[in-house]
Amino acid sequence: MTHVGRALAENNPRQTSLLKFGDIPANVRAMNHAPKTLLWLQAGSCGGCTMSVLEQGASGWFVELKNIGVLLLWHPSVSEESGAEVLAILDLIERGETRLDIFCVEGSILRGPNGSGKFNRLSGTNRSLLDITRSLAARADFCVAVGTCASFGGVPAGEPDPTDACGLHYDGSEIGGALGRGYRSKKGLPVINVAGCAPHPGWIMETIQALTTGDLSADDLDVFGRPAFFAAHLAHHGCSRNEFYEFKASARVFSERGCLMEHLGCKATQAIGDCNQRAWNGGGSCTHGGFACISCTAPHFEDVRNFDVTPKIAGIPVGLPLDMPKAWFMTLAALSKSATPERVRKNAEADRIVENPRRGK
Amino acid sequence: MTRLVVGPFNRVEGDLELTLDIAEGRVSEARVATTLYRGFEQILIGRPAADALVIAPRICGICSLSQSMAAAAALRAVSGVQPPPNGELAANIAHIAENIADHLTHFYLFFMPDFARDFYADAAWFPGVATRFKALSGAAAQEALPARARLLHVMGLIAGKWPHSLAIQPGGVTRAPELGEKMRLIAIFGEFRAFIEKVLFAAPLEQVVAIATPEQLAEHAQGPGDFAAFLRLAESLRLENLGRIALPLISFGAYHGADGALFPAGRFDPGAREANPLPIGKIREDVAFSFLHENSADPALAVTLPDAERENGYSWAKAPRLSGNPAETGAVARQAIAGDPLIRALIARAGGTNVFARVVARVMEIARLTLAAGDWAQALRLKEGFFTRGPAAIEGAGVGMVEAARGALGHWLSVEKGLIRRYQIVAPTTWNFSPRDADGVPGPLEQALVGVETGAAGAKAPAIQHVVRSFDPCMVCTAH
Repeated sequence: MTHVGRALAENNPRQTSLLKFGDIPANVRAMNHAPKTLLWLQAGSCGGCTMSVLEQGASGWFVELKNIGVLLLWHPSVSEESGAEVLAILDLIERGETRLDIFCVEGSILRGPNGSGKFNRLSGTNRSLLDITRSLAARADFCVAVGTCASFGGVPAGEPDPTDACGLHYDGSEIGGALGRGYRSKKGLPVINVAGCAPHPGWIMETIQALTTGDLSADDLDVFGRPAFFAAHLAHHGCSRNEFYEFKASARVFSERGCLMEHLGCKATQAIGDCNQRAWNGGGSCTHGGFACISCTAPHFEDVRNFDVTPKIAGIPVGLPLDMPKAWFMTLAALSKSATPERVRKNAEADRIVENPRRGK
Repeated sequence: MTRLVVGPFNRVEGDLELTLDIAEGRVSEARVATTLYRGFEQILIGRPAADALVIAPRICGICSLSQSMAAAAALRAVSGVQPPPNGELAANIAHIAENIADHLTHFYLFFMPDFARDFYADAAWFPGVATRFKALSGAAAQEALPARARLLHVMGLIAGKWPHSLAIQPGGVTRAPELGEKMRLIAIFGEFRAFIEKVLFAAPLEQVVAIATPEQLAEHAQGPGDFAAFLRLAESLRLENLGRIALPLISFGAYHGADGALFPAGRFDPGAREANPLPIGKIREDVAFSFLHENSADPALAVTLPDAERENGYSWAKAPRLSGNPAETGAVARQAIAGDPLIRALIARAGGTNVFARVVARVMEIARLTLAAGDWAQALRLKEGFFTRGPAAIEGAGVGMVEAARGALGHWLSVEKGLIRRYQIVAPTTWNFSPRDADGVPGPLEQALVGVETGAAGAKAPAIQHVVRSFDPCMVCTAH
């Protein structure tokens, strides 16, 4: 018997002693029931979302999954089962004999050529990932698109879109995608888009965890189906270059410490994500690392040309902060530029701090 | 004869399918296919040259930074910009962290769990191995995953994030670390060193890298640690006899710096005494059995176009050939070319590479790389620059050649008026898991599988799993 069979057999919806205390919210009670099953498939993917989630947890991802009550039915990178054993697991789910609580898909869905899905066949079968994904998504309580590819199409959908790539529920910014506009998972939710290339491991795991506790509803998603807990923020929030931004003291070339928005293509003031409020790989982020935010959580991010150059008209950046009136931005920018402390101006154009903060005269 | 189709073949990166002809309980012929095509080489064409740094690394989530290194090197070859020594060093430190993490992931998550399969339940060694290495539940992964995550904190300091960073540029790296960050880099490698000295090797690294003969390795096998556990399994299961081939070994050279490369580029033929220079101009890609249109075989001139209905096609991968021959790449090739006495002795003893030599080379490389990384972090000169402002790539052609964890990775780029005219990527597993070429010559894995005993287990035979995973394949790179 595989680990999945064993774990399912051992798991009657047995309640823990915690439940004896009475007034426990329904979501907590649900958590103490049988573990939630999770199946993870990779479609037109680079595997990077998996690499990201493997960074999760002080005791490792596997322990973390167990701790939040998730039973991994199968994952292509880490499960024991291979070949026919995998097909047997998928078959049990499709026949309704194994419950599928959370279905995670990583990678774009490749519809080509000519709608056949042949650019991405599930090895060992004659079926496309397009076909399998549609079949399994219909049987899942919740369906999670892990990464921008599965959410919107991502880089494989970049011009000339050789494989007719799309996301599960979106084709770029258009609702529809592989599953169709009207898709709802068995629990009534649209596909949950954990966008990002790659997404922060926390975004993936907190989404999964919120599904196990019953804390994530349609109200908790933004207009593109992205969980608001990270999508209600801008990547700019908490940027370590904030003082340079305030004074429009800009880096001219990479490795300078100034703001990356004016010249180097940074879209953090328009891009969703709490990127600068949580640590990437222990303490990094794109802008902390010295390169532009490319808005990898957004549909069509891959369509940009010259990622490292800020497009301007008459010297003014085209992409101003998301919801700021242009005239105000221009006025404030001019004002703050004229008020820039010498220290900030100098440091912005150096690759290290050349002038320390000190009290003004 | 029976024909088996094996897939989905997991615990590899990406999509792999084997078709095995079995006669008298042994593989008589093997065909190796990648079942995913995304069209990256098409997507790159027509974009501004520097945008390759955004697009190309996204081919692969596990060796994304290696792809960045190759793209940056290709752009550098066109523009002529030279990074300062610090820029090179910082990029190498991030690159080395990725490659160590990949080796660690391979050993603990992809390769060792096969010995914990119930197939081996009757073996005397099984209970201990299963407790330690069982997929998902084994104790080893609970130690290795946090160690991996901690090691990847190097990326937070140099690359901003991992996977998929823009920190590696033709002119160097995008951020000059501060003193505190340099100290953290040193501390991270120190912690990682302590982890592998305790858990993987159970010995000081100096002692590990001093292992120079198969006899000394056999001695190490008697001690504690996960590497020793593997060595004992290898002895018990005769992994040296498994997956044996004697093809040319190639490396593009890795971790270049002012004093040359830590691992040089070259070619080593099993049976030879010395490594030879690598004739880069003799690399060709054949598509006779690929789902791709015929095109120039020269990666400097080729344009990739898919043809899903191609007659005789069985893989989305191309078949790279060096002077007309398939070649093997990876840690075993790197170490053999670099003259490592242990790896050369293992190849000589077996008459070629094999499951055992491939895994030994990879694990031993973890020790070598960890030692080097600690030294390099120390060598960062914080008072000097990390980035050179240079001309953009406007006109010309160039090749970016690096070593990813899995072996030789090359990006062939040509630029016209600042836009990408052609872009070809030949990845390590494109070499190792190539399909047949126009002459019908099978690729390295296709050759390595021939003769493998499947017995009653058929497609489930663990020997098949061991051979395939000994190459640490990355299928998302293979066809892209």
